[in-house]
Amino acid sequence: MTIREIYIDDITAAVASLCQQANYYLPDDVLSALKHAHEQEESPLGRQVLSSILENADIAAKKNMPLCQDCGTTLVFLEIGQDVHISGGLLSGAVAEGVRRGYADGYLRKSIVESPFTDRVNTGDNTPAVIHEEIVAGNKLKITVMPKGGGSENMTRFTALTPAQGRQGVVDFVVGAVDKAGSSPCPPIIVGVGIGGTTDKAMLLSKRALLRKVGSPSDDDEAANLEEELLEQINALGIGPQGFGGKVTALAVHVEVFPSHIASLPVAVTLQCHSARHKEIVL
Amino acid sequence: MLILEPPIDDLMIESLKAGDQLTISGVIYTARDAAHRRMIEALDKGEQLPFDPRGQILYYMGPAPAKPGDVIGSAGPTTSYRMDVYTPRLLEAGLKGMIGKGGRSDDVKAAIAKYKAVYFAAIGGAAALIAQSIKRAEVIAYDDLGAEAVRRLEVENFPVIVVNDVYGGDLYHEGRSKYRRPTQIS
Repeated sequence: MTIREIYIDDITAAVASLCQQANYYLPDDVLSALKHAHEQEESPLGRQVLSSILENADIAAKKNMPLCQDCGTTLVFLEIGQDVHISGGLLSGAVAEGVRRGYADGYLRKSIVESPFTDRVNTGDNTPAVIHEEIVAGNKLKITVMPKGGGSENMTRFTALTPAQGRQGVVDFVVGAVDKAGSSPCPPIIVGVGIGGTTDKAMLLSKRALLRKVGSPSDDDEAANLEEELLEQINALGIGPQGFGGKVTALAVHVEVFPSHIASLPVAVTLQCHSARHKEIVL
Repeated sequence: MLILEPPIDDLMIESLKAGDQLTISGVIYTARDAAHRRMIEALDKGEQLPFDPRGQILYYMGPAPAKPGDVIGSAGPTTSYRMDVYTPRLLEAGLKGMIGKGGRSDDVKAAIAKYKAVYFAAIGGAAALIAQSIKRAEVIAYDDLGAEAVRRLEVENFPVIVVNDVYGGDLYHEGRSKYRRPTQIS
């Protein structure tokens, strides 16, 4: 395969556009899942909440305004084909400029502070983004922008189980994390679970899991079976839409698995609010 | 549906119960994490707050920027527990209502009962919808905090639901126990 040039100006323009589209328009699979939840929910107040969430998506799309005032930390996933050459400057600089332009021109809230444990001064342009790169086959560049709100992100949990705790240990930890989070992460949520690897790997798996089509089962039979059990137990907690009580606490559970060390069984849980925003493009 | 117009008095507070749905019309104020910290520092120094809290409602919210011609950008509630450490002081100073999302600490619930106040939830993530009920918005303090500045809002029919009342009622607990189903989880 021949080397393909991709210019940083095109990357910047793509990132700027993705930031705005992700914040204005809820993905079709998320909208379908919310409509399905509205049909399933038994609590009248829960159904009312889901109606408001759907009405909100409609207003945001029509007026090109953000679905949520929290336009998030900008997570950018880059799948870089190994036969791609980036020209014209630094890839990281191109992404930063895209975030800067997207948030300024799109009237998106800037929510990043420079020094988290001291004076917490806002950087003013939502940079730096959190960027995850992966080298893949081919000569294309896939860019995914995921604005991740602080409310649900604060409910992220990790544990290092012992191998003896096994599958039941995983179930107890994930269901417990959702139970303790309660109303805070803006249910109905999507639950991303990363099992295996190292601490950092499990965390990243749990976040990437949120990018899967909502409710699409894992290709791995055992993981798919675990997803089903987790969803059932989570929706038996009674938390419901916004935590006001109800049947639909989670729209879906997505489990991603990676081999791990003989001593380890790491488990990460990342919760995504109902405003499950992300947008992709392939250059 | 009941329409609440601040300032609110103890009689009104005592009539509200967890689960009640109502709308707010009139003036409310906004503050979230950074503004709370500054307000408590002001109280510590014996200085005035950016607004007289007596009888007022505070909305935990930092909006998206307004587009030209709009009053405000998207404007939904933020998660309230981060304000818990500051809240009892503000209730002691006379604040009567708070609007946010998510559960509060036992200290806050005790202060709600002691000082006669109420905690409302608005729908988290319904920020574009909520913005439609905000008719005026003006920064009145801490402008340097940007989205976190203290704002005076004029709202019309802003829908909220009572979560914590003066009687110890808690919609999150009541709602959850009503719909919780038994599982093998201990």
